[in-house]
This record gives sequence, C-alpha cells and structure tokens, in this order.
Amino acid sequence: MAELTYLEAISDGLRTEMRRDESVFCLGEDIGAFGGAFKVTDGFVEEFGGDRVLDTPLAENLIVGASIGAAIEGMKPVAEMQFSDFISCGFDQLVNVAAKMHYRQGVAVPMVVRLPSGGGFSGGPFHSQNPEAWFLQAPGLKVVAPATAEDAKGLLASAIRDPNPVCYLEHKGLYRHVRGEVPEGEFEVPLGEARIAREGEEMTVIAYGSAVQMALDAAEELDESIEVVDLRTLCPLDTEAILASARKTGKVLVAHEATQSCGVGAEVASLVSEHVFEFLDAPVRRLTAADVPIPFSPPLEQAVLPQPDEMKEAVRELLAY
Amino acid sequence: MKLDHASPPRDGAPQPESGSEALTREDRALLLRYMLMMRKAEERGLTLYKQGKVPGSFYDGRGQEAVCVGASFVLGPRDRTCILHRDLGAHFVRGVTPDRYLANYMGRAGGVTGGKDGNMHFGDRELGSVGMVSMLPDMAPVATGLALSFKMRGEPRVAMTFFGEGSTANGQWHEAMNFAGIHRLPVVFVLENNQFAYSTPNELEFAADPIKRAATYGFPGVSVDGNDVEAVFEVARIATDRARAGDGPTLIECETMRMHGHGAHDDMSYVPDGMLERWAERDPIELYRRRLADEHGFGADELEAIEAEVTAYIGECAERALASPMPEPERATDGVFADAWEPLGDGRAPWSRWNAPAPEAPDANGHRNGDRELAATEGRAA
Repeated sequence: MAELTYLEAISDGLRTEMRRDESVFCLGEDIGAFGGAFKVTDGFVEEFGGDRVLDTPLAENLIVGASIGAAIEGMKPVAEMQFSDFISCGFDQLVNVAAKMHYRQGVAVPMVVRLPSGGGFSGGPFHSQNPEAWFLQAPGLKVVAPATAEDAKGLLASAIRDPNPVCYLEHKGLYRHVRGEVPEGEFEVPLGEARIAREGEEMTVIAYGSAVQMALDAAEELDESIEVVDLRTLCPLDTEAILASARKTGKVLVAHEATQSCGVGAEVASLVSEHVFEFLDAPVRRLTAADVPIPFSPPLEQAVLPQPDEMKEAVRELLAY
Repeated sequence: MKLDHASPPRDGAPQPESGSEALTREDRALLLRYMLMMRKAEERGLTLYKQGKVPGSFYDGRGQEAVCVGASFVLGPRDRTCILHRDLGAHFVRGVTPDRYLANYMGRAGGVTGGKDGNMHFGDRELGSVGMVSMLPDMAPVATGLALSFKMRGEPRVAMTFFGEGSTANGQWHEAMNFAGIHRLPVVFVLENNQFAYSTPNELEFAADPIKRAATYGFPGVSVDGNDVEAVFEVARIATDRARAGDGPTLIECETMRMHGHGAHDDMSYVPDGMLERWAERDPIELYRRRLADEHGFGADELEAIEAEVTAYIGECAERALASPMPEPERATDGVFADAWEPLGDGRAPWSRWNAPAPEAPDANGHRNGDRELAATEGRAA
C-alpha cells in the first residue's frame, strides 16, 4: 500500500493499465508534454511515447469519435476531456455513436472518457459542472464517480477493462484534498458495487463523489449513528445496497453536488419509495446544488453548491423527524 | 507503432481516368451486377414501402450506384467501412445479402439489426462494417479512429467512409479531416456530391468547393465523375493504395445526382426544371452497360442474362425477407451493454483478394491472392 492523493491514484491506475496492456492509450488536449491541465498524465509521454499519450487538436467530437473507431478495432482508448464541461462538444459522438453501438449492431466500444468535474474553486459556469445526469439518460453508457483515492485507482482499472464506453467522473475538488492508502500494482474495484463508507443505524446518507467526504465529516461531527453509502458507480446503480441501507435505517438523505432536478438523487428517492416505502420513517430528502448554472463569484458559488453546514443541518433534521 | 508528424504529405493526388486497367472482364460483370443489385433491391424496397410494409420512410440512392460500388470494390477483406444511406451497393460488395437489407427496412428479426434500427442504419459487424447514425458527418471521426488503430499497430489496412456534400458543412467533418491530415491516417473519404442536402442546393451549402479544402488539410483531393463506376474505382484504388502505403488520406468527390427525394415522402419540388432529365441521360447503370457493350465486347444476351439473374435473385431475397418474422418484443431490452469485446469480421473483397499481413504482388489482372472463389459465390450465403 502507498499513500496517494486522489489525483496520484488516478495517474497510478492509468499508468498501471498502460503497462499491463499495450492497447491502452490516452488522447486529449495538452496531455502529452504538458501532462494534462491537472497533471494526471505528467511524465507519461516520457514513459509511453507520444503515440500512446496523444495530444489532440481542440476537437472533442474527434477525440470521442476517434476513440470509438479505435476501440472497435481493439484498442482501449482513455480520452481526457480537459474539463467535464467540454463533453458537451463531444456529446453527439458519445450518446449517439458510442452509447448505441452495441444495442444497434452488437459492436462493443471499450473506451473511457475521463471527466474532471465539480466546482468550488471559482471555475464559473463552464469549468465547474457535474454532468453525470446527462450520461444517465443515454442507455449504453456506464458512469462511475469515485470518492476515495483507492476507488479512483480501482474504478479506473475496471473502467478501462470494461467492454463498454465508461464515463469516469473525477472530482477536481478531491484531486489534492483527498488522500489514502492505495494498493500498489494491478488493482480493480468492480463496477456496480456500492461501498458502505460508514456503518450506522439511525439514518442513511447516500452519496457519491465529493458529497461522500462531506457526509462522513458531518457524521463524525454530529457523532450519531449515521450510515454513509458511497455509490461509486452511477450506472449500473447498486440498487440492492441502496435498498438494504434504507430498509435498515428507515431514513434516507441523498447528497450530490450536481443539480437537483432529474438527478441521481431523484432516481434514488424513487427507488427507495417504490421498493421499501413501508420501512421508511421519514420522507426521502435531497441535498444538491440548486438548479442554476454554477456562478463564478465565491459567495454566489457557495450559495449554489451544497456546503458542510447544510449537510449537517439536513442530517440533523432527518434524525429529528 | 509510428505516428509520423514530420513528413509533409506527398503530392500523390490520384488522377481520374475513365477506365481502369486493373479490371478484368469478370470484374466488370461484377461491377454491373452490384449496381443492378442496388437498383433492383431499392426498387423492391420502395414497392414494399408503398405496400405499407416499411415502418417510417424509405431512403434510397438511385442514381448514385456507381459511387458506392466503384469505391468499395477496391477494398481488401480486413479494410473497414462506414457505409451511408445512399450506398447500399457497398454493403452488397462487402457481402450483405439483399434479403437482410429488405428485412431490416421492414423491422424484421432477420434484418441486419434484428429490428433494433431501421432503414439504412446498419453495419454488418461480421463484414467489417461500422453502421451509420442519423447524424451523417459522425462516421468521419469514427473512420479516422479505425485508421488510427491501423496506423498505431503498423497494419496495412484502410478505413473508407462515405458522406454527402451536406456533411462537409458540419464541424465534425472538419475535425476528422484535420486529424486525419495531421497524422496522415490510412483513410479514404468518399464525398458524394449529389447536389442537394435534403432540399438545400450546393450554393447554399458552401462558398468554396469542399474538394479544394483537402489541400488545406494537407492531403490530396480529387473530383471524379460519380456516375462512371470505373472512374470511381480507379480513383479509389489509387487512394487506397496511397493510404495502405502510409501516404495518408485522400478526399474523393464524386459528382452525381440523387434521382429520388431525400426520402419517399419528399416530392423534390425544389429541383430546378430539367435537372433530373439531364442527369437521367447519364444514368450510371445505362452508361456502364453501353461501355461494356461498346468497349469490352459484352453481348446483349450476356448483359440481359446478368440483369435477369439479379432480378430473380432480388425476387427470392424479397420473399425471404417477407417470410422473416417480426422480432420478439422481449428482445427490445437486450444488448444495451456488451459482455466482451470481439473483433469485427472481414468483408468480402471480390476484386483485391488482399490479405494482411503479407500481400502478394498484384498479378497481371491486379489481383492480389488469385482467389476468385468468393466472388463467384457472392450473395448466396443468406
């Protein structure tokens, strides 16, 4: 085990897979000599060469489309969007070509799109989004959103080895603020399995990405018996883990940094109310960003994104219900 | 694995010729046969549409048969194609049988997509084809990706993609052309200028002829008479050889005319008076029939026999398609995700018979491996 930041764990996972399998290659904007906008591929071009750490023109549809073609022919492309927001420029290839390929013609597209996502640093409306719900409405895409360094490495390995297009959301706020023990060498965390991040009896917080640590911090501070479920994968969703925890505690708060309407929180709340309604002791609550673009100025951004105090307040309210 | 950024593109623009010396008499009979197969299969499909057996609308490539047949005829088995909706003949060249095409239009279980997708939105994975989507420029980036993998692995293979002139107005086309030029990828871009993007004429689509843009992307572009199947073949042959030799992409513009509406629902009221009549005089099948008779000694009985055989074959295929059941509703939720990656199969290659990794030198007839068996059995493996 080595202690790595979340960002170092992503790099370690990517490097490990590239060493393991020659068909894995990276492509994206400024990922070569510059090492990527966030330095995930720092030093890669020296180890793997410019062909496998391929700097592309500013052309997201090409990045995704060329990844599709290469994947069909047996390569395993890992495409980097410089910011997850920019997937909007490559969205057509992702949702119309990649996502539907296997359903329509039985052709697998084993590729990963890395998506540095999330706000909290005055990135403004085009560098702060959490676009996961866009992908969840496109059947054929898998979606993962690690919250820990260990999962960042293990889920990336699984995403690369999966025969489907996988959207890998890496929260920029976690890059250098989250660190943890990460297994060395080859290591996978299976897609579709949630993790109990903290065991408890009184209520459940179901979260992913940046909201997981916020939930854990709130639980520690409040010193109550709060269970925290880290979804890890948003598609396929670990329905069993969600329902088991809801059944056990009877109170569910769903927390995520993405906007509220038709988001993961809405889906989880629906699943819980459809399947374990009779076990509930309170309405399912959501803590999410407001349904607005992410503003630039710090007080405005903080007003939009879920804050630690709001998490504590939401937990307190639900415990008291 | 080499991606060479340094070398400038060579001046290897293929020059159009009206006839190709690389073709044998047998090849020429096949070219006519594939064009006739496309014409008659689409005529039959249109009839099925009018009989109410085709859900949605009906799209064909009448008048454009020479483009897809001539271009795809050059390919080797391990080359890959992205075939569009006016290019049915390319599917036939690669080995798709007309029964599966007609069944696909009717949403039958025996269609290429088993009812998952309709009309011309298909690619047979067993025949090296990646199927189109409705966003018509989208296959250009995908084809560059296929070609990227060939180049990265040092494989002498080629990706060929088709699109109309309408696609050249879209940014994805630019992204693909630019990237293919940067890395000199082994891809052949076949532009079918059929004069209209749905109803929009060339003069409202671009101020500069798209073929001129090829040079700005760093590779050759060449225009050819898209109604002359041998001219298309010859240009595509040179472009494919260039790509396979590592000399990069070529843009081929085939000048042609869409003789039917965008779809069967389109009355073509926007087409100027006399335009269809003028193009009808240059029907690619009639032109080729005449050339085969005048220049290559095909007798009237021989040409009639080819047509009669195709007519009978399409009739059999239509019967088989009509006998194919509708898909079971339970299938609707199958196959969203893949359990494993599997390689595409290889396409039929009636002309080149080329096989990786060690192609033989072409023989006197331009054939690479001398094997003509598949060509003789084409279309019989329904």
